[in-house]
Amino acid sequence: MIAVLKHELSNYFHSLTSYIFGAFLLAFVGIGAMVYNIQQAVANFEYVLSFVSLVFVVIIPILTMRVIAEERKLKTDQLLYSLPITTTQVVIGKYLALLVIYLIPLCIVSIYPLIFAQYGEVYLLTSYGSIVAFFIMGAALISIGTFISSLTENQGFAAGIAIPVILLNYYSVSLAEHVSATALGSAIALCVLCGLLGVVIRFLTKNENLAYGVFFVLFAAVCITYYIDSAVFEGLLPKIMTKLSLFERFYTFVSGIFDITAIVYYLTVIGFFLFLTVQSLEKRRYN
Amino acid sequence: MITVEHLTKRYGDFTAVGDLSFEIEEGHVYGFLGPNGAGKSTTMNIMTGCLSATEGCVRIGGYDIFEEPNKAKKLIGYLPEQPPLYMNETPVEYLKFVGEAKGLRGRELAGQIEQVISQTKLEDVRNRLISKLSKGYRQRVGIAQALLGNPRVIILDEPTVGLDPIQIIEIRDLIGQLGQEHTVILSSHILSEVQAICEKVLIIAKGKLVAFDAPENLEKLLLSSNEVSFIAEAETDDINRILEGIEGVAGWQIKEMEKGHGRVDVQVESGEITDICRSIFFAFAKEEKALLELTSKKANLEDVFIELTESGIEKKEAEDK
Repeated sequence: MIAVLKHELSNYFHSLTSYIFGAFLLAFVGIGAMVYNIQQAVANFEYVLSFVSLVFVVIIPILTMRVIAEERKLKTDQLLYSLPITTTQVVIGKYLALLVIYLIPLCIVSIYPLIFAQYGEVYLLTSYGSIVAFFIMGAALISIGTFISSLTENQGFAAGIAIPVILLNYYSVSLAEHVSATALGSAIALCVLCGLLGVVIRFLTKNENLAYGVFFVLFAAVCITYYIDSAVFEGLLPKIMTKLSLFERFYTFVSGIFDITAIVYYLTVIGFFLFLTVQSLEKRRYN
Repeated sequence: MITVEHLTKRYGDFTAVGDLSFEIEEGHVYGFLGPNGAGKSTTMNIMTGCLSATEGCVRIGGYDIFEEPNKAKKLIGYLPEQPPLYMNETPVEYLKFVGEAKGLRGRELAGQIEQVISQTKLEDVRNRLISKLSKGYRQRVGIAQALLGNPRVIILDEPTVGLDPIQIIEIRDLIGQLGQEHTVILSSHILSEVQAICEKVLIIAKGKLVAFDAPENLEKLLLSSNEVSFIAEAETDDINRILEGIEGVAGWQIKEMEKGHGRVDVQVESGEITDICRSIFFAFAKEEKALLELTSKKANLEDVFIELTESGIEKKEAEDK
């Protein structure tokens, strides 16, 4: 794992990606700090971070697109499979390398509140609480990007999927206001989701019986629940969309609350997507 | 050293490798021979843990590759068909990563890197980017990578494909040297290569093992269908008369070349080929007819290969039924 971590880091510093990522992040934090803290003279550094979080939609996919897709393209994944290290070690090593790349500009950013504190009163606790949350939210988005990169051997394709996925997550709260909140609407949306899940399972496992099985079980569950108690579905879809948003939970930190449930949620997302990445790599041995 | 039992790999309805079983002993150079698409790379990928098997098991030095992959993989060095190289690194950086991943540290790692670099003669390019190296050097970096950690078995998938003749000779020499200390398994579809460097040959076709023996023994397999051909300074009638008197001759064809000369192809029924040659020689000498040329047509590995890969499968299928 250490070997993979060291190798990935040296790889990133040999290529432009990590520099572009760091430069973008620092540039936008700089612009944010200019606008909020200097021009508008706001003493809350966390507003800057909430402004910068939109940049993640672009820079996280750029950072993560090559992480596994490139190995597949260069056929170096065969080397990783034949080395006496497990797939989990490979994935964790690569993920930690990405976190280090992400942490470096963030370390520079975390000096800013201290600088501002020299010239006035800054709420350092909320500032640093938000920086920690900002790091963990970014880590969760990186885990999603890593998983998407493991699905394809084309880097552009990996970025092309990751950007809309993160964008959708970013806007899911605003979108939630526009989707149907009625019981029937939510039930239909859930059925469509079951269908999509079936298609994904069919695509990943190439097992039609399993895909149909999962689809029909879930479909029946939705129908029966709707038939018994349709009130359960009242406003369900917007609620799910809001709950799934990674960004929405970050705004709690911006408002000055250090929300442990959000941290747990982020860690769960990280664990879940890293697990999926390992499975996606393992699956390639079986296809 | 390596035991492969009932190995089967299916992709949907397509069977890439079907019920393959063989055993590989320590300290030989083994050749894996088969036409393109025969399942050579698939078998090698399964043996090295890069691919799962649908059925069957592979044991390396007693460790099952699926049950105890890390212990088994420590005993193998593998060079896939396309050398798995990171183009933006130098050979030294690359070897350092592979060495660390194989669990080497500090002085041991540095020592081994130096050793494999001198073994594969990479000294001149050690600090050049791999993307700038020629194909021959890249192949050597790939072999160097496989040698790290001093594995007991080295598996090379088509190590000489795409190299120029001089590079091929160099790589072959290198493989020969490796064979003195390690068990080497290499795959190839080039017969002369396998004939030149391997002590034992496994021939597979359409995912099935059709032969497993030393190259010389494989050639002997086809000796029963051997022919003797000669040119005699004699009339056709004389040739027919003399040949009738020789035992072990099944039949012959005579092509008259010019007045008084005949090229004869003799089918041998049974017995040692040299005995038949001797009988023919003395029989003609007795009649004072000169033999201008006398050759026994020996089957080479190529014939064995074609014979086995084409008819072998049908035979095997018939046996299975």
